[in-house]
Amino acid sequence: MTRFLAAGIGLLGTLLTPFVLHAQDTTPNQTSDWQNVLDEAKGQTVYFHAWGGEPRINAYIQWAAREIERDYGVRVVHVKVSDTASVVSQVLAEKSVGKQTGGAVDLIWINGENFASMKENGLLAAPGWAETLPNWQYVDVENKPTVTVDFTVPTDGQESPWGMAKLVFMHDSARLETPPASLEELLDFAKGNPGRFAYPQPPNFYGTTFLKQVLATTVENEELLSKPVDKAVFDDAVAPLFAYLDDLHPYLWRKGQAFPKNAADMRQLLADGELDIAFSFNPGDASGAIANGELPETVRTFVLDGGTIGNTHFVAIPFNSSNQAGAKVYADFLLSPMAQTRKQEPEVWGDPTVLNVAALPSNEKALFEALDLGPATLLPEELGPVLPEPHPSWVSALEEAWTERYGTGSE
Amino acid sequence: MPKVTGRPDIPTVLVTTLLAGPVLAGLAGSLLPAFGYLPALGYDTFSQAPFRQLFSTPGLGKSVLLSFGTGLAASVFSLAIVLVFTAGWFGTRIFRQLTRFLSPLLSIPHAAASIGLAFLIAPSGFLARLFSPWATGWTRPPDFLVLNDPYGLAMTFGLVAKEVPFLFLMTLAALNRPHIQDYFKAGASLGYGRMASFFKVVLPQIYPLIRLPMLAVIAYSTSVVDVAQILGPTTPPPLAPRLVAWMNDPDLSKRLMASAGAILQLSVSAAALLFYLVLERLCAVALKLRYASGHRHNREKLARKSGLAVMVAIISAMVLAIAVLGLWAVAKSWWFPAPLPQRWSLGRMSDAISMGTPALTATLAVAILAALMATALTLWLLEARSFRNVRTGRRLNFLIFLPLLVPQVSFLFGLQVLFLIAGLSGTFLSVLFAHLIFVFPYAFLALSDPWKRLDPRFAKAAASIGASRMKIFWKIQAPLLLRPILVTFAVAVAVSVGQYLPTLMIGAGRIVTVTTESVALASGGNRQVAALYALLQLIIPFVVFTLAAIVPSLLFRNRSAMRLER
Repeated sequence: MTRFLAAGIGLLGTLLTPFVLHAQDTTPNQTSDWQNVLDEAKGQTVYFHAWGGEPRINAYIQWAAREIERDYGVRVVHVKVSDTASVVSQVLAEKSVGKQTGGAVDLIWINGENFASMKENGLLAAPGWAETLPNWQYVDVENKPTVTVDFTVPTDGQESPWGMAKLVFMHDSARLETPPASLEELLDFAKGNPGRFAYPQPPNFYGTTFLKQVLATTVENEELLSKPVDKAVFDDAVAPLFAYLDDLHPYLWRKGQAFPKNAADMRQLLADGELDIAFSFNPGDASGAIANGELPETVRTFVLDGGTIGNTHFVAIPFNSSNQAGAKVYADFLLSPMAQTRKQEPEVWGDPTVLNVAALPSNEKALFEALDLGPATLLPEELGPVLPEPHPSWVSALEEAWTERYGTGSE
Repeated sequence: MPKVTGRPDIPTVLVTTLLAGPVLAGLAGSLLPAFGYLPALGYDTFSQAPFRQLFSTPGLGKSVLLSFGTGLAASVFSLAIVLVFTAGWFGTRIFRQLTRFLSPLLSIPHAAASIGLAFLIAPSGFLARLFSPWATGWTRPPDFLVLNDPYGLAMTFGLVAKEVPFLFLMTLAALNRPHIQDYFKAGASLGYGRMASFFKVVLPQIYPLIRLPMLAVIAYSTSVVDVAQILGPTTPPPLAPRLVAWMNDPDLSKRLMASAGAILQLSVSAAALLFYLVLERLCAVALKLRYASGHRHNREKLARKSGLAVMVAIISAMVLAIAVLGLWAVAKSWWFPAPLPQRWSLGRMSDAISMGTPALTATLAVAILAALMATALTLWLLEARSFRNVRTGRRLNFLIFLPLLVPQVSFLFGLQVLFLIAGLSGTFLSVLFAHLIFVFPYAFLALSDPWKRLDPRFAKAAASIGASRMKIFWKIQAPLLLRPILVTFAVAVAVSVGQYLPTLMIGAGRIVTVTTESVALASGGNRQVAALYALLQLIIPFVVFTLAAIVPSLLFRNRSAMRLER
């Protein structure tokens, strides 16, 4: 019943959005600028390169594409990639051979070290565009600092926030009643239940996130992490991390000789009963998977004491896209309260909003308030503190150190 | 007919430039960056740095050994299984029945087969579910290292399951010549066992025809990417998937290292080929000593039985894998250890089909065009050469099979950069062209033997009553060869549908096929969708193979001489 109600309200929202938008755009100058973008965008085809391993997210991207094709005449093609780094590499290769316009990529789903890499190599469209989007006004810049600072790197309006991510763990309460509350307890759990915990193999994003979680919890001087990695102190800083992993690895799934490919694979292993604990960057992931029959109904979400890593994911436009207007229209639609509510519905995706719900006009606020977050989603106040992402340079340093230690089978 | 003239004919020139050209250009495009020269990315001096960087990569030695070992072992096992089975059972009813599974199994793309096998043999897979908990006592999946094992056993098994049907088909084609049955009869009448007759008399005659396909299998297996990604080890992975990862790294200096790795891959595959050639020579010597020993080898029961058992096991594994794919495609929830899904749903199927339509259309368009072009080119080449009375010599064969003998990753990197510089990357035509490079050799392989077996007197008789060359082709040769032509077309379609790396690298993500989608979804969180896409991959070749079987029967229903010999 709530589902129909939510859908009904969503529909109402769709109908009302144009009016609301119009009413909000107070400065006539801005309106006409945006109108120019809309005019230019009409008829463009936007190639949106986004990770394609999750059918629910793919379906959401399709839905958003249909909406803006109908309303603004912009066609969006979802190019499903298995690794965002390859898209960065592709744009970089295009720049290197002198392709200044007509690049293959018009919009990328991105954050963290990939964004930092693109920014550093001058692969992004001119700064500031994200803040000119009409729906930018609703973004919660004040309470969600990661919407403008991506892994310690300022976004400078070169990427538009799409959703919030926070590391959460999942367990099947039918098999494991009381989940571990800290990393030490997790280690104890693994020792007592060999083969029932795993993390994806770095350089997979989720595997690296687990390393960062352990690093952020065990590092002595946290300030080191917010600065570019310093070779002189790296070994000392990661010593407790690798000591922890050395303890953990003999008790991992497959004794650490094979790893899940990514978070989705890990979740599938939880569903198969191979694992007792999995984790996700999306607090609504478990509820969504339950609603879709991908996880048993007994799965619940938990976090660790002392907080977990959190960040924001974005969409960015490469410098050589010839369909920048269309890409902006799509990015703006993704930010709209209607699209953001739909995204947060567990059955659709369950991804938390980047908007400031409290500051929304009452119609839009009602959309969010009508959301049923599902049985396995923690309330915002239960999610615990957010540990900041380390500087992006830590990522490749961690990945290399990890691969050298565990990824070469040289034990 | 006119005698050989000095000038080669147009199709020969066309085909060799079309196939060998891109391979050699691509190799050059990999070789230069391997020595630090890639001016497009700002590297314009030669150096050994890429190789030094490559050799200091942790775990490289293991990766090389894995590629060499799994590829070679899979190829040799496959050939051994095929030969032992053929030797033991050729001409029997069981043999004929099992050959029926061939084309459908051959049409399964590598990625789909790997996904299905993974669903089957994982500790939480279908086999474990079937026997749990009543036989195994498992209420939870055991923590066994079955998939992605560090020694690459699962990967080797996956490769064997895919290469056996291919080598079997090649062996069958080679056996499809006059007097083969007579050799067996002669052997039997002299008191030789079935298998002894095969290895002593038949094999030496047909082996030259299996050899080139076998070498292609070795080159492929030592450099495979998609099977390795799904079934292979990851700590460390074999060389080829690692190369692809380096090539996609945002750190562009890794591209130079990847190019150096591509050259290393080339030498690894070459070493495996060389190793095989030495092994072949040794076997030949060992066999030769026994040819005239007079030993009848009558006690062959055990060898025959085990040959059959292995063959049946492989075919059943593949059939089961596909069946499990079919089950997952309609399963909403399927918890361990239930042998069948708890909740079914068909909704996803229609979703997947509607969302997969663009990929399906692109796959169909590329496959049909590439297959048409490959089949037409093959016919043109064969017709022109037989008209001019030129035998397809070793050199031409070598050039045609070059794309299959050189590891894909080794020249695709270079080719990708060339396409990028030419501004052709990501276009439909460039992907079609890349597919054609790999599809043509298979088309040639499938059609050249039937063409050679076509009685030349038909053409001579027609020519003597004044029929033009065109008319002879359309009225005589093409109709007589309709069945093999359609099978060739089907093989070509299947090969095109299975292409993963060329589509990904040359298509720049803009040309999406069910195979690239399927590999992207294989590691995702929804088995139902992964299974659906794997099935979509399978449907196109399957339909085409079926049509290739049905159309001639319908057309020739009133021509008893045109029916299948069986």
